[in-house]
This record gives sequence, C-alpha cells and structure tokens, in this order.
Amino acid sequence: MIAERRHWATRAWALMKGLPLAGRIGFALVLFWALAALLGPSLAPHPVGAVVAMDVYGTFTAAHPLGTDYLGRDMLSRILHGARLTIGLALAAAVAASVTGTTIAILSATIGGWIDEGVGRLMDALISIPSKMLALVMVASFGASPTLLILTAAFSYTPGAFRIARSLAINVRTLDYVQAARARGEGTGYIAWVEIFPNMVNPMLADFGLRFVFVVLLLSGMSFLGLGVQPPDADLGSLVRENISGLFEGAPAVVMPALAIASLTVGVNLLIDALSGRSSQVEQ
Amino acid sequence: MAEASRAIRASAVRLVLNRVAYGAVTLLLVSAVIFLITSWLPGDAAQELLGQSATPEAVAALREKLGLDRSPLARYGAWLRGLATGDLGVSLAANTPVADLVATRLPKSLLLAAVTAVVSVPIALTIGIVSAMWRGRRLDRSLNVATLSMVAVPEFLIATIAVLVFAVKLRWLPALSNAVDIGSASQFFRTYAMPVLTLCFVIVAQMARMTRAAVIDQLNASYVEMAVLKGARPAHVALRHALPNAIGPIANAVALSLSYLLGGVVIVESIFNYPGIASLMVDAVTNRDIPVVQACAMIFCFAYLLLVLVADLVAILSNPRLRHR
Repeated sequence: MIAERRHWATRAWALMKGLPLAGRIGFALVLFWALAALLGPSLAPHPVGAVVAMDVYGTFTAAHPLGTDYLGRDMLSRILHGARLTIGLALAAAVAASVTGTTIAILSATIGGWIDEGVGRLMDALISIPSKMLALVMVASFGASPTLLILTAAFSYTPGAFRIARSLAINVRTLDYVQAARARGEGTGYIAWVEIFPNMVNPMLADFGLRFVFVVLLLSGMSFLGLGVQPPDADLGSLVRENISGLFEGAPAVVMPALAIASLTVGVNLLIDALSGRSSQVEQ
Repeated sequence: MAEASRAIRASAVRLVLNRVAYGAVTLLLVSAVIFLITSWLPGDAAQELLGQSATPEAVAALREKLGLDRSPLARYGAWLRGLATGDLGVSLAANTPVADLVATRLPKSLLLAAVTAVVSVPIALTIGIVSAMWRGRRLDRSLNVATLSMVAVPEFLIATIAVLVFAVKLRWLPALSNAVDIGSASQFFRTYAMPVLTLCFVIVAQMARMTRAAVIDQLNASYVEMAVLKGARPAHVALRHALPNAIGPIANAVALSLSYLLGGVVIVESIFNYPGIASLMVDAVTNRDIPVVQACAMIFCFAYLLLVLVADLVAILSNPRLRHR
C-alpha cells in the first residue's frame, strides 16, 4: 500500500529502471514525444508559417537545426507543430476505438446469447475491410476533414479492440467471483463495470498502445498521399509530402519528419513489448 | 479404420465448404458497407459534378445517367450484378469503362506483389526459424527488437531513404518505377528493386515474427521434449521434428502477412509512380471518381479476404485436430 502512495514520477522512474535496454529506449522516446506534443509549439523557435530563411531546402545549420523547407520555413518549428497534430489526432482516434471496442465487448460478453453472436459476426465483417481501404473510400465520399479522419480511424480499429477485449472478457466471465456476483443477483451493468472491467485493464492498455501506433501510421500515410490533413495545417505526414521534391537534393526537410514518425511509433512499440514481457514474467 | 478416415475426410470437406461460404457472406457484407459509404453522398452528386451553373435539365439528365433516380437498394443490386459480370461502370474522370482501366493496372500490381512475395518469404522464414531455435538468447532478443521496430516504420520513410541512397547519392537506380518496357533482366531489376525493397521491409518483419511464434509453439510440444530427452541435437530437433509440424502454421502466417501488402502497396505505388491498381485508386480518390474507387476497393477487399481464407484453409487442412472442431 505504501508503494502505491509514492509520487508518480518516482514510480515511473522505478518502472523504467526495471526495463531492458530496448524498453528504456522506448520509454525515453515516448516521454520525449509526449513532452513535444505538450510543450513543443511554445518551444518552437519560429512561428509555424513564417518564412525565415533565404535558402529553400537548407541543410542542418545552427540557426535551423533541422534545415528549412520548400519555402524557407524552419523545419524544427514545423515538426514541433506537426507532432502535436499527429499525436492529438491519433490519441483521439485510438481512445475512441479502444473505449468503444471494450465497452461493446464487455456488454456483449456479459449479456451473451444471440446478441453476443450477432455482434461478433458484424465485427468479423468490419475487420475484413483493410483500414487503408476504408480510409480511402471515406475520404473519396466525404472529403478529408480532421473530424472525418478521427472517425474513420476510430471506426476502422474498433473491431480489433473488440476482438481482444471480448476474448479477455470471456475468460474473466467464467471466473468464480463473477459467478458469485451473478448468484447474488447483481445487474448486467454492475457485473460488467465492477467485476469484469477492472481485470482486463492492463492488457487493454497494451492493446491501446498498439492501436495508437496503427492510427499514427494510417493517418500519416493518408496525409502523405495528400488525402489526410489539408493545408495550411500540416501533420508529420503532410510535411513529408510537401517537401518531397527536395528528396533529389538530399534535403533534411523530407527525411526528418518521416524519422520523427518512425521514432514515435518504434518507441511506443518497444515500450509496450518491454512492459508486457515484464508482466508475463511476473505472472510466471 | 477406413470408415474413420472417411468420416474425417467428410468433416474436413464440410469445414472447408463452411469457411468458403462464410468468406462469401463476409464479402457480400463488405460490398454493402462500401456501397453504403460511397453512395451516401452529401447533397447531389450530379449537381456537384456539373457545378452550380448547370441547368436543371442537365442535372436531371445526369442523375438519370448515373442511376440516381432509382432507389438505393435497386442501385446496389445493379452494382452487384455489374461486379459479378465484370461491368464496373464508367470512370467519371477518364470517361472510359472502369473494367478497361483495371485490366491494364491489375496485372502490374499482381506482378509487384508476386516479386515481393518471392523475395520476402525465404528471408522471413529464415529469420523466424533461426530466432525460434535460439529463443531467449542474445540473437533472438536482438532480432525481436529489430523486427518489432521494423513493423512500426512507415513505408514512406524506407522509400525516401532508398531513393536518397540508391538514386540520389549512388545513382544506381532511377527514382521512379514507371518504365513502360521491361524487356531485359537489368531493366526489370532497375524498375522493381526499390519498390520491392520497401515492401519487403515491413512484410519480412511481420512474417518473421509470426513464423517464430508458430515454430516456438511446436517446440513447446511434448514430442519435442521427448526428442530432446532422447539426446537429439538442438538443430536436429528444430529442423527434423518441429519444422514439419510447423509447416501449416507457417503457411498460415505467410498468407496473413501477405495481406499487409495491401496497405503498403498504396504508398509504394504512389511514391515510385508505379502504374498499378493502388495508384489508380489514389488518383480516383483525389478526383472523387466514385465508380473507380468502388471497383478498386472491392478488388482490394476481395484480395484480402482471399488471403485470409487461404490462411484459414491451410490451418484446417494441416492440423488433424482442427478438422474435428
């Protein structure tokens, strides 16, 4: 109990020290991007749209550590702003997908019967549409707006979250204390929320991290194709797209935003892998 | 004995037919979802196409031509019939039959996918089997971190780095893969090297991870423990005892991993300007050319379902115990 009361920073530090090297790298990358999303835009040396340099596609200099883009804007500032947009959109979509998927799964598993069966079949059909196809079809029909992108990504990854959550809920459902609660005459909502949900939080958090990675890759891919975030707004994927002609000059403006995305997604993946590996060791 | 094996075969046939029917029903549901999204247009498609200055008569004529005057269900029925008979409608942007566009683009994408599969499968299987044999050791742990990182890297990072290295710095390869004639082997290599490299990067990682899991699953079985106890060498145990039994799960992993190609190919064809079906679809989405979008989406979903079905069937047919489920 005393351990539980320690300051969250101390606990985070203790957690990190228990991780293998790859996990620590992942932890550092995730922490870095969390801070960048929160504070980045206020730390950015230049306004996001300001043309500040004479040379376009400039290389690494002291004034512009990540070079300049196709108009002579500061890439560091553009990336700090773009990272907030990428992370914000992806978090919104991943939270929506995980919460919706988990809620439907727990209710469906608790109710059981033909409702459970029907919901399962419907989710199986929805999971058969590759997320990029769904996103392309949605954008073709409704155009690309931030709300639509979040909805599309959330809709696309809900069935996956549902599948994981349902298999967890089914396992928990058969345990003695749930049977005891049923015998006491507790209602469906009570059993779902108080008995089943708390016992699947940890694996669902790991799954949430994976969904976040999928959504970041999906939305950056769409922006890269010019079918995601529209100018003048720019997420990390749009930054790669708008500077693509600088590739032939070897400009950092193309590779840096792409590297930023990769370091974010790889970081989350490494952290989750280390954390779930650790918890499974504890279980053994 | 003969009776029993006939019963097993009958139940396997029933299970296979079951899966095929289930796949067909799923495809029908998917087509309904895609049609629903694409025909649920905000406002009037005919009005939007002709612009605000169009006369009401012209709008009405186009509405009739597009079939917008019929009920949604009737339109869905007509669209499904068209899909089944190969009549995919007329492209709004190019004003040519969608089937003609698809016919010139689809073989190119299939070729790209085939070359990628031929290159990636042997590499992925080697990585997967090697790390399963040395699981928990340093080599396995490093390969785990490597593949875990590779699956999270966006395709366009690999593609841009490849262009930067091979086309800009070393000048070995052209930056675009839109060559029309690929007569010679060297021309073929120059066209396909970078797209295939990019696609392989993510696929190999995915496939290697699933292969590793499949082989380890076998290595945990009791017959393997028996082989170890009787003194067989580790390599012998892995290759002669476990591998033959893991072939089903590995084939399943290969088919499932190949379905990840469908997402990657969209990015790769656009970057390298490769004239396949995915770049056709991206152009159609940009132009909001709905008939082309619908046709391409159905082709991709069909390919995905086919790969998942093959993966399922391989798993059923290779595992005697699954046949009884």
